Amino acid sequence: MNWKIPAALLVVALAYPLVFRGNFAINFGVLVLFFALIGQAWNIAGGFGGQLSFGHAVFFGTGAYCSTILQLKLGWSPWSGLAASAGAGALVGALIAALSFRFGLRGSYFALITLAFAEAFRILTNALEFTGGGVGLLLPLKRSALNFQFAERIGFYYTILALTAISIGIAIWLQRSRFGARLAAIRENEDAARALGIDTFREKVKVMALSGALCALGGTFYAQYYLYIDPAVVFGVDKSVEMLLVSMIGGTGTVYGPLIGSLLLTLVGEYTRAITDAQGLSLIIYGSLLILIIGFLPNGLVDLFKLRWRRKARA
Amino acid sequence: MLEVRGLSKIFGGLRAVDSASLDVAEGTIAGLIGPNGAGKTTLFAALTGFLAPDEGSVRFRGEDITGRPPHLICRHGMVRTFQVTQPFAHLSVRENIMVGAYLHTPERALASARAEAIARQVGMADLLERTAAGLTVAGRKRLELARALATQPKLLLLDEVMAGLNPPEIDELIPVIQGIRSSGVTVFLIEHVMQAVMSLAENVYVLSYGKIIAQGAPRQPAADPVVIEAYLGHGAAQRIAATAHA
Ligand SMILES: Nc1ncnc2c1ncn2[C@@H]1O[C@H](COP(=O)(O)OP(=O)(O)OP(=O)(O)O)[C@@H](O)[C@H]1O
Ligand SMILES: [Mg+2]
Repeated sequence: MNWKIPAALLVVALAYPLVFRGNFAINFGVLVLFFALIGQAWNIAGGFGGQLSFGHAVFFGTGAYCSTILQLKLGWSPWSGLAASAGAGALVGALIAALSFRFGLRGSYFALITLAFAEAFRILTNALEFTGGGVGLLLPLKRSALNFQFAERIGFYYTILALTAISIGIAIWLQRSRFGARLAAIRENEDAARALGIDTFREKVKVMALSGALCALGGTFYAQYYLYIDPAVVFGVDKSVEMLLVSMIGGTGTVYGPLIGSLLLTLVGEYTRAITDAQGLSLIIYGSLLILIIGFLPNGLVDLFKLRWRRKARA
Repeated sequence: MLEVRGLSKIFGGLRAVDSASLDVAEGTIAGLIGPNGAGKTTLFAALTGFLAPDEGSVRFRGEDITGRPPHLICRHGMVRTFQVTQPFAHLSVRENIMVGAYLHTPERALASARAEAIARQVGMADLLERTAAGLTVAGRKRLELARALATQPKLLLLDEVMAGLNPPEIDELIPVIQGIRSSGVTVFLIEHVMQAVMSLAENVYVLSYGKIIAQGAPRQPAADPVVIEAYLGHGAAQRIAATAHA
C-alpha cells in the first residue's frame, strides 16, 4: 500500500487554511471537503458496491433533521447529535436496502426506489409540525466549539476535514478488505458472488448502512454550518444529483474520485456564481462537463492522473 | 455424499428436471451427460440453490439442503461453476480467485497466497495480474474452476468446463481435474466432450427430457440403446445395429 498519496493530501489539507486565511478561501475549502464527503458516501454504495442511487438526499436530510431536532426539542449537544445522525443514517440505509433487496429490486429499479424514499421524506417533513413543515428549522446562534458553531470558520474547516478524511479512510479500507472484495464481486456479477458463498443481501444492506451513515454526517455538518434547514434543500433531488455528479465526474469506485470531482465542481460553481447570478448557468455547465467527461474519460477525472502516473512509471 | 431424490423443476408447462434421483459417492468423479436442453444445467441450479426445486429433496453431507440459498450451500461445501462463464470482469484473475478464498479467511495476505496456489494448480499462475475480461475462453473456464476451488469445496459441480476448448487444452485440463479429486474433492461434472467423460468419470448419469434414463460406468451408457436414441432420435439404435450387421 502506498501511503504517500493520502499522507501528502492530508498535509496539504491541514496547511491550506493556515496559508490561505481569507474567509472566501476557507469557505471554498469547506465546500470542497463537504462535497467530497457526501460524494464519497454516494461512491461507497454506488461505486464500490455497485448500488446506484438517485436518492441519497434521504440520508443527508435524515442526518440534518436528526441532529437539529435533537438539539431543538431535547437539548442535545450537536456533537452527540452528529453521532446520533450517523446511527439514523445507517438505520434508514439498512431499512431502504432491506426492503428493496428483499423484493429483488436491482439496478435502475433500486435507483428509482431511493429517489422515491427521498421524495417521501421530503413530503413528510414538509407536512409534519415537529419538523417545522415547509418553513424548515432554524438553529439558534450560539457560537462556541462545544456547540459545533465555531466563531472562526477554520473550526468548521478542520471538522469537515476530519469527517472527509474518515470517509476516504473507509474507501481505502474497502480497497483492501474482505468486505470491499465482496462488494466488488457483487458489483461485477451477483450470481457468481452468490455461488462463491457471499450473502449478497447482507453485504448490500451493510454497504447501504455505511453509506447512509456517512451521508448523514454530511447532513449534520450542513445544518451546523448554515444553521438553517428545510425539506426542499436537504431532501431535494438537487442534493442527490450533486453527490452522484461529484462521484461520477471524479471517478466512481475510486478512492480519490469524489475529492477530485468535488474540487472541479466547487471551482466551477464558485466561478460561475462570481460572473453571473443566473442559477441555471452553473447547472448547464455541470451538465456539459459531465457529457464531456463521459465522452472522453469514461472512468472519470482520476484517469487523467492514472495516465500521468503510468507515463512516469514507464519513463 | 450427495443424494438426490425425485427432484423436479417445472418452468410453466415444461418439466425441465423430471423426478431425477441420483447419488454421488465421496471421493469419486461422477458425470452427467445428455442432449442439449435435457435439463443438466437446470439440475445443477436446483442442487445449488439457484433454483428452488418444485418436488423432491437434496441431501448433502448428511443434511437436507433442499431450498437453501446458494451462499449457505457453498459454505456447506458444494460449489458450482457456470456453463456461461461469469467472471468478475473488471477484476484481476488474482482478485477473482481471492473472492472465493475469502470464504474461509478475512486475511488479505492469506487469501492472496491461496489464490496464487490455486492459480498454479489450474495452470494460470502467469495470468494472475490479468483482467478477467481479457481472458480467452480457455482462460475463463479455468478461472471458473479456480474461483470455485478457492472456496475449499467438498463437492465441486462443473458445468461444461471443457466446452469451447481445443483438444490440447482439453488434454491439459483432464489431469487438473484428476488432481483435484486426488486432493480429496468429489467432482460431479456435466460434459459434452465424451473423451473427457470417458477418461474422468467412474459413474455416469444420462439425462434426457429431464429424466435420468441411464446410469453406469462411462462405456456402459454409451452403448445403451435408450441413450443412443436420446441423442440421435427414435430408431437410431436399430439403424446402427442394422448397419453393424450388414
Ligand atoms: N429460466 C428458465 N425458464 C424457462 N425455461 C428454462 C429456463 N432455464 C432453462 N429452461 C429450459 O429448460 C430446458 C433445460 O435447459 P438446461 O439449460 O437445463 O439444459 P442443458 O441440459 O443444460 O442443455 P445444454 O447442454 O445446452 O447446456 C430447456 O428446454 C430450456 O429452454
Ligand atoms: Mg447446460
